[in-house]
Amino acid sequence: MDQVLINILNGISAGLLLFMLSSGLTLIFSMMGVLNFAHTSFYMVGAYLAYSMSQAVGFWPAFLVAPLVVGVMGAVFERYALRKVHKFGHVPELLVTFGLSYVVLEVVKLVWGLSNVPFSPPEVLQGSAFTVMQSSETGLGLMLGAAPKALCVGNDTVKLACSTFPAARFFIMAVAVVMLLFLWLLLTRTRIGLVIQAALTHPEMVEALGHNVPRVLMLVFGSGCALAGLAGVIGGMTFITEPSMAAIVGSIVFVVVVVGGMGSLAGAFVGSLVIGLLQTLPLTVDHSLADAARSLGWAVTPQTFGYPFLKITLSQAAPILPYLLLVLILIFRPKGLLGTRED
Amino acid sequence: MNRYTRTILAASMATGMALSAGMAHAQKGETIKIAWIDALTGLTAATGKNQLQGFQFLAEQFSKSNSAGVKFEIMPFDNKLSPQETVSVLQAAIDKGVRYVAQGTGSGPAAAIIDFLARYNERNPGKEVLFLNYAAVDPALTNERCNFWHFRLDADTSMKMEALSTFMQGQKDIKKVYLINQNYSHGQQVVKYAKENLARKRPDIQIVGEDLTPLAQTRDFAPYIAKIKASGADTVVTGNWSSDLTLLIKAANDAGLDANFYTYYASVSGTPTALGPNAAGRVYQVGIMSYESPEARKIMDAYKAKFNDDFYTAQIFSAYQLLSAAMTKAKSTDPLKVAFALEGLEAKGLSGEVQMRKTDHQLQQHVFISRWEKAGAKPNDYSVENTGYNFRTIRTFEPYVASTPTSCQMKRPNPR
Repeated sequence: MDQVLINILNGISAGLLLFMLSSGLTLIFSMMGVLNFAHTSFYMVGAYLAYSMSQAVGFWPAFLVAPLVVGVMGAVFERYALRKVHKFGHVPELLVTFGLSYVVLEVVKLVWGLSNVPFSPPEVLQGSAFTVMQSSETGLGLMLGAAPKALCVGNDTVKLACSTFPAARFFIMAVAVVMLLFLWLLLTRTRIGLVIQAALTHPEMVEALGHNVPRVLMLVFGSGCALAGLAGVIGGMTFITEPSMAAIVGSIVFVVVVVGGMGSLAGAFVGSLVIGLLQTLPLTVDHSLADAARSLGWAVTPQTFGYPFLKITLSQAAPILPYLLLVLILIFRPKGLLGTRED
Repeated sequence: MNRYTRTILAASMATGMALSAGMAHAQKGETIKIAWIDALTGLTAATGKNQLQGFQFLAEQFSKSNSAGVKFEIMPFDNKLSPQETVSVLQAAIDKGVRYVAQGTGSGPAAAIIDFLARYNERNPGKEVLFLNYAAVDPALTNERCNFWHFRLDADTSMKMEALSTFMQGQKDIKKVYLINQNYSHGQQVVKYAKENLARKRPDIQIVGEDLTPLAQTRDFAPYIAKIKASGADTVVTGNWSSDLTLLIKAANDAGLDANFYTYYASVSGTPTALGPNAAGRVYQVGIMSYESPEARKIMDAYKAKFNDDFYTAQIFSAYQLLSAAMTKAKSTDPLKVAFALEGLEAKGLSGEVQMRKTDHQLQQHVFISRWEKAGAKPNDYSVENTGYNFRTIRTFEPYVASTPTSCQMKRPNPR
């Protein structure tokens, strides 16, 4: 039971990290109609920049400044590259972001080397956020921080098990939730948010009212990149900061955006959580279709037709489930779970 | 000119050359070009770069002095970890006149080289190419797929598991083992040999779970760690390398998993940094290099001074030792003669004597179990990746312990 709880929390924190990435991607897509292939490159740059800055000025200043720097880089890219090719249509726009992702990858390799860099969370975030204690007598218990060893040792009558939840993962969840709130307030409660929303659907009208739509686009692109950079900082320190980090999250972020619904922020949120849980929970199930069939009373043997397929356990198949979901969504609900586009 | 006269001519020319060179050292002063074919881009780029530097660094050292009096030169080729690419760069290398090729990362590319050379060498007598496999560890390469032109300098998966399980046999506190590995040939073989060996040596050990994860795709190992924790395992056996090992151990540290890790590749670029103080005393490695042997240490220190990186591939040293010894013995740099000279050849490796087994061309050598610990007094003072920690040798196995039988039926060409 304690492990189930830990697993769900793992899934949610993985999902929330994905949301930080996909929210920016989906915002940019809904405004500009461009799928930004370089989005996860900004994620990687955020991690590397924060690593270098934290060497000089410590983690917390780096945590605040690195995403801003990434945001400025994104805005500059939008202003001087993307806007130039905008008039040639979507394909050149797509290609220029595609090209950028390669440029960023090679630059990162040249500057920081091919191997991973030792970017770890600051002291405060290295320990445990809380401990889940499972006792055969009193059931589940929670305790802040790491539980002392003495509390986790059972005896003959009482069985005890402790599981800790890392503080860094808790931090991911906290940052993502704060970010979600902030984004929602910004988009619905502020003037600039209203302009952005209006520019989403009626750019010409907004322009006619005297707003500078290209600048709004630049702002959105920059903010999206800053969010990716922020995700990079906390993702990089929690997991690993290395040149392949962009490619590994890249494919899954696109799955999130498509499953959630292209251009829908709420969809990105739901999609992220679904994918986060889908990447986590099935891994714990070591049963296969063959086992399921046997429990229903059917005899399944290695001679049964399709046995190599039937014997695959859910945990083995887990890594492909997000992509399977992508295909199914595209077939049965092309606009995504919460998407609004009808074309 | 028919074949007969050509042979006569060649023979007389060779005799003349041998006479002018003073009979015994026909090979002296020749430059041996070795094509190094491994990945310098992609997933294993950091490891590739480290090992290429190792080859170049030792080429310099050995060129200064070696028993055969030859010079070594490395020509690097990037195969992007793909067997397809491997074959095309191998062809390019051969076109440049290379007669020796070294490769290590991945048994797929290694098998591609073996297959290619088997055909090429048969069709091009007098232009044969010899393959030094320094790290591809699929046992099949020296069993059912063995080939005369292939020489393996690392201990294969089965040999390392033989040693590792013999060590585990003596660790009485091991009761429940969890196997987590990468889902490709090497990872699957670790699982297979771990099960076989443990069943034979410690039937009381329970295998409480096994997982195969997609190769270098998993970012978040926390779910697997939760699973390992739920299984109650006290020991984890893994053949994972690179980010798959780094992230596994990092996640284990984060979740407070108290199990011991028995690994194949904890010393490979990037992983030691992730191990850190948290993993001290809990991560074991089976390997063929002892960090404390004075010869190894000399090279490690010089390598670090030059590249600020760690030298952990002892096979590279064996490659040069064996080649120069074989060339001295054969009095030639002709790969065919060198290959025959290599069979059964003994040489001094970095951590003890090594011997190239004649039947299957698998190097027989010492195998070491080491543990990640805080650096101490000499000779344990080396700092891996400048962490202040290192792999301390805690058990040394003589070559016969790790030796595994072979089913190789080798076809040999006719000697010249």
